[in-house]
Amino acid sequence: MEKTVALELKNITKTFGEVVANKNVDLELYRGEILSLLGENGSGKTTLMNMICGIYFPDEGEIFVGGEEAVIRSPKDAFALKIGMIHQHFKLVDIFTAADNVILGEHMPRYSVKEEGKKAIAAANGFKPVKPAEKILWGLKLGLKLSALPFIKIGKKIKFDYLAKSRTRKITEISSRYGFDIDLKKKIYDMSVSEKQTVEIIKVLYRGAEILILDEPTAVLTPQEIDKLFAILRRMRDDGKSIIIITHKLNEVMAISDRVAVLRKGEHIATVNTAETDEKALTEMMVGKKIDLNIERAEPNDVKDRLTVRNLTVINRDGMKALDDVSFTARSGEILGIAGIAGSGQRELLEAIAGLQKTAGGDILYFDPNKEDAEVDLMQKTPVEIRDLGVRLSFVPEDRLGMGLVGNMDLVDNMMLRSYTKGRFVFVDRKNPKELAEHIVHDLEVVTPGVRTPVRKLSGGNVQKVLVGREIAAAPTVLMAAYPVRGLDINSSYTIYHLLNQQKEKGVAVIYVGEDLDVLIDLCDRILVLCAGKVSGIVDGRGAKKEDIGLLMTKLTGKEADGETKEAAL
Amino acid sequence: MTVKNEAVVSTVKRHKEPLFRLIKRTDIPIWKKWVIRIATFAVAAITAGLLFTFIIGDGAAFGTFFKELWSGSFGTERLTYIFLNNWAIMMCISLAVTPAFKMRFWNIGAEGQTLAAALGAAFVIHYFGKSLIEPVVILLMLVAALFMGMLWALLPAIFKAVWGTNETLFTLMMNYVAIQLVNFFVNLWSPGGSGTIGNLGNGSFHGLFGLPYIQNAVFVAIVTIIVFVYLKFFKHGYELEVVGESVNTAKYIGINVKKVIIRTMILSGAVCGFAGFLLVGGSPTPTINTGLVGGRGFTAILVSWLSKFSPIAMIFVAALVVFLQKGASQASDSFHLGASSAFSNIIIGIFFLMIIACEFFIDYQIKFRKKEGK
Repeated sequence: MEKTVALELKNITKTFGEVVANKNVDLELYRGEILSLLGENGSGKTTLMNMICGIYFPDEGEIFVGGEEAVIRSPKDAFALKIGMIHQHFKLVDIFTAADNVILGEHMPRYSVKEEGKKAIAAANGFKPVKPAEKILWGLKLGLKLSALPFIKIGKKIKFDYLAKSRTRKITEISSRYGFDIDLKKKIYDMSVSEKQTVEIIKVLYRGAEILILDEPTAVLTPQEIDKLFAILRRMRDDGKSIIIITHKLNEVMAISDRVAVLRKGEHIATVNTAETDEKALTEMMVGKKIDLNIERAEPNDVKDRLTVRNLTVINRDGMKALDDVSFTARSGEILGIAGIAGSGQRELLEAIAGLQKTAGGDILYFDPNKEDAEVDLMQKTPVEIRDLGVRLSFVPEDRLGMGLVGNMDLVDNMMLRSYTKGRFVFVDRKNPKELAEHIVHDLEVVTPGVRTPVRKLSGGNVQKVLVGREIAAAPTVLMAAYPVRGLDINSSYTIYHLLNQQKEKGVAVIYVGEDLDVLIDLCDRILVLCAGKVSGIVDGRGAKKEDIGLLMTKLTGKEADGETKEAAL
Repeated sequence: MTVKNEAVVSTVKRHKEPLFRLIKRTDIPIWKKWVIRIATFAVAAITAGLLFTFIIGDGAAFGTFFKELWSGSFGTERLTYIFLNNWAIMMCISLAVTPAFKMRFWNIGAEGQTLAAALGAAFVIHYFGKSLIEPVVILLMLVAALFMGMLWALLPAIFKAVWGTNETLFTLMMNYVAIQLVNFFVNLWSPGGSGTIGNLGNGSFHGLFGLPYIQNAVFVAIVTIIVFVYLKFFKHGYELEVVGESVNTAKYIGINVKKVIIRTMILSGAVCGFAGFLLVGGSPTPTINTGLVGGRGFTAILVSWLSKFSPIAMIFVAALVVFLQKGASQASDSFHLGASSAFSNIIIGIFFLMIIACEFFIDYQIKFRKKEGK
């Protein structure tokens, strides 16, 4: 099979201040292939792609599209070169329908009255009238034609702007060609994440993109939805489109791509054929050293009920049930995983337990190990009240720098968040927090210029180490962690898994909210699956199947499911 | 062939690298920062001097300008005392707005808070000045001033904390309420309805430490230390910083955000109140009028921001502002540029525009397009 180059990058370098995001990157993309761009967080994948679609401009290097050098200064330039990107965060108008979003921003093909008039005159000049009557008729005809031009323009405009039927037809054509399963008349706010993504893809195809770039498209999808997406990507590839897919999930790389390009610290390490490599080799290229990808899982021992949630209901600001009748028990010496599509109530659940979220009903009970497992009611308590009750509850929130830590404060002051009330009299005590900060920096190998550095200057992995370190330092009996490895590189992720396992072995009841089902299955003893605020199942971590969890994430089982669909229909 | 060449030429023409780009500096050495700042200051001074020379239309005025600029604050002993007094008031109001700003509570009502406090002090003098002994009057003035300052700050704070109203608009409006109240009382108290009050007569503690105006500077120095310690070493200072940085974090660790907002604004108002007290009682001739604070409540916002909320830096920034005000008006007076403060405002404007702009160049680097032919 003959390969033609669709896109070529030569020697691309991009720096942000002191930070080198990309350095001398060369990359080739052929027509009709799927190329995976693999790399850890911060390895410069997104920056590189942003340069191809005109969001950033490279400091050095050239981009060739279809063999010719192209200078891409804006997304408009990229569109003109038939390059389309599907971003991680969708850019859709919520109150519009799918079709409206696709055609939004498209301009009417140029129609200039002046030029059309010139054309008409030129065409008429070919005619040589002989008889005077013919001459008059000729003049009248031309005059009529010229004076009609502005009206034709208005007509075209009306047709284009208000009678979008012809364009909708084109969209339907595209979606049936690639097998998209979507209702074009549906409003965006009624759509699931996967449907929104589909709209984004159709939008790009509608604009005639030949090169598609997808930035972490699978991060928010269930296993079933991923399969569907991959099928569509394959169909597009067979249709001759070139696709770049950014990801850091190895199994997906293996499943979908024809070739893999690996980036590490902004540099292009290698491009290999997927068929000729394996996950281990790819990891090694990505990280730069050998790494053990197995997560240890010890058998839980001395298991006791530590925290019981019964019939918990939370109503959010819009008056919707964010949590509906949720019941479960977290046990000491166990890691309880919580799975679910983003926004299924995970945040509300943890915040309700931590005393940050108003609850509408139910019970949250804690069994105090220091008081012979006496029952403590945590319902409707503030974080301070919970602390004063002697409940050692630690919480690693999802939003690290917006909630767990203060980005502009240094490590010491961030340690103080938990301990500042302990200072003598009205003064704060910075001595103990300083020791704690130094301790954490040393034990967890936090890379920082010093304990007086603002945490926002640290990398994502180090920020998380500081946060988890602080929460663990409080010697918790319950440790809740929401997406603790999101955005972390592989090494840091494994450090966090290891820390959670250590806590589990110490007899802490660990609650882990995660998005990577493979990790949940490897790490957790039990997995609770949330679907639209309800518990759709609790499965054993050992022997659980990804597909089963995926199904639980999208639909409720048994009778409840029927009720739910009826409610949704209303 | 020719067609293809044309195509290439047109792409080059159509697409050019942007003319310049801004790059955020991550770390710039401290000495470089200060070189930029001092250079900016020099450029601002020269620009102001040239402008002055241009207005006067005499080349010799350039040198005179700098002489007058200096002598405005340090020309005579008396001017130096006045400079100190002005510094004290400016500093005090700047200190007052700082805790609120650190909490990201945009209190632009320092003008009104100070004026309301001054009114409180004047009220005490007017009604009790003749009947009570001086120390009691002064003590009552202090209490009244603090009360009024706190009240003016407390109202927007409660509305913000409980109902989430916009504090910027609220504090701004409170300024006008204070001004109108002062207007009302001045008319009420003025002899024969003249609309102005002269010396209220009693309630002055001017010259407390033997030297003119020095007492204000001494008191403000103490306030500076208190605010510095409060912000840096008090639990309260830590709490308000967390609230300012992130309300979510504050809630997460169990800080009562409403309480912190109200408490901090009470403090802010109290310090403004103290400034109002100094404005009335610290003067040899205590009086009250709507222009008593003279816009310093607004200038204080600038001072606080430029010193990045550090009370130590504020000492110098406040001094600089007062120095420029005094010097520029001295220069304009000596050349009879009119009684209005227009010229001195222009000079101050030149300086601050450049100083603020220079902070931009400290934070960002400008990179121009490389020359063609690479």
